[in-house]
Formats: sequence, C-alpha cells, structure tokens
Amino acid sequence: MSEKELKVQEKQLVQQENEETKPEKYFVPAVDIFETDEQVTVVAEMPGVKSTGVDVSLEDDVLTIRGHREEDEIDGRLLLQEYESGSYLRRFTMAETIDRDKIRASMSGGLLKVELPKAAPAQPRRIEVQAG
Amino acid sequence: MALIRFTERPHFRNPWAEFERIRRGLDELSQNLISEGKMHMHATVYPPLNMYENADSLIIKAELPGVQAEDLDISVEGDTLTLLGKRKAHQEEEQTSYHRREIEAGNFSRAIALPTKVDLDKITAKLVDGVLTITLTKADEVKPRQISITT
Repeated sequence: MSEKELKVQEKQLVQQENEETKPEKYFVPAVDIFETDEQVTVVAEMPGVKSTGVDVSLEDDVLTIRGHREEDEIDGRLLLQEYESGSYLRRFTMAETIDRDKIRASMSGGLLKVELPKAAPAQPRRIEVQAG
Repeated sequence: MALIRFTERPHFRNPWAEFERIRRGLDELSQNLISEGKMHMHATVYPPLNMYENADSLIIKAELPGVQAEDLDISVEGDTLTLLGKRKAHQEEEQTSYHRREIEAGNFSRAIALPTKVDLDKITAKLVDGVLTITLTKADEVKPRQISITT
C-alpha cells in the first residue's frame, strides 16, 4: 500500500460564515482522525507552521485547530507558482466526552498531532431507597 | 395630441449599453485574475513547487509535511532537478479505528527543468517544518555582470 504514487491534493480555502478583519487566507488541512479505547487522535497537515503558531481549543464539543503561518520572505522574482501558502483552520464536533485537562498537542515536520484522552465514563451512582 | 414636457420624455435605451456593461465586467475579471492568481498553475505531479529567481540563485520550495529528510533524494543532472521521496504512514496501534484518512502515504518523484545553468557544487537543501527549500546557485556564466563605465 505504501508503494503507491502520491497525488496532488488541491488546497481548499476555508468557507467561513463570518468574514475576517485581516485579509488572511485559511486553508483546510488534510487530517487523519483515529480512535482507541483511551483517546481520540487528530493528525493534521500544516506545513510551514511552527509550534508557536498553533492554536488548539475545545469549546462546547467543537474542536478548533488553527495554524498560523508566518509569511516567508523570499528575495526574488516568482517564476512558477503551483501552490499557495496561508494559515490553516478546521473545526470538528467531538462525539466523545474529552478530558479537557489532558489534551496534548505536538508539532513535528509540518504535522500537528492532537491527542484527546477520553474522560472516564461517569460512574453510575446507586441511590438507596430507604424503606419508610 | 398629448403633450409631454421635455424633462419627462421616456428614456431612450442606448442599444450599446449592454455591450458596455459586458466590457466592463470582462475588464474587472481579467484585472482580478492578474492581481490574484499571478501565474498560478496546477501541478499534476506531486509535490507542487514554487520557484523563485534572484540575481544569483534559484530557490525552489515544496510543502512536504510528514516527510523525513532521510527519505528525500534530491539530484541535479545537467539542467534537470529530480526530487524523489516517500512519505511513510504513521505507525498504527492496535485496536485503532479510523474516522478519517485524508493524509496519504506513498512515493513521489518529480523532475523539473531548471531555467538556467546552475553550479552543481553549490546546492543546498533544507527541510524546516515540513517545507523543503532548495537553493541553487546560478553558474558563473549566467550571472549578471556589472559593467563599469570609464569616463
């Protein structure tokens, strides 16, 4: 399976309901999401984003991953442009209950990895009925 | 005979108005294309590249997230730059169920013709945060030469 040829995936611009005040381009990063018994892991492609430019937040079961890319300055004339660069933004609604305090995010080689440990299932509480 | 005051006469339609409107629209469209897309081309072979040129070097950039430097092989032969590499799938753990798989793993190879001759001994490449930057120094014979004027 790993022998197949990679194909070009066109970058998609984020369709936003509200407009940004800053004219910044946001692209939809490609993601892998997988789940084990303990946690949900989100891996997103964010080339050019440094670990300081990443912003991960979980609000009302909506996970937002945002990667801010600094403009790279190149001294020169553009001869060929096959891709555009910009920041990345994507939102997901989480179906599971996540332990917010234990969310970890790491960035390496242009890949953002967010680990979201599941919260321990709420223990059923027995309510004693007292005979009276 | 009904009298119509001069200022209340019906407005005659200019038959060329529609053409004028279309022309203006086309002007606007081409203006937008020039300012926004520049020379934006769609790559058909992975990875998409951006190339820059300045007085003494060529700079080629490619976004390769998740590719390790040791899995990349860059070579220059004559005026052809070849970029070979592979992206490994991240290790799978036991009992993992995938919800989304958008990041692909696989091989890639791309050859690109360089617009000028380059000095084969002065080529540097670096991979930072998933962005590959290859800097090629132009060969001495194609570098611009300053000509001093004697008076």
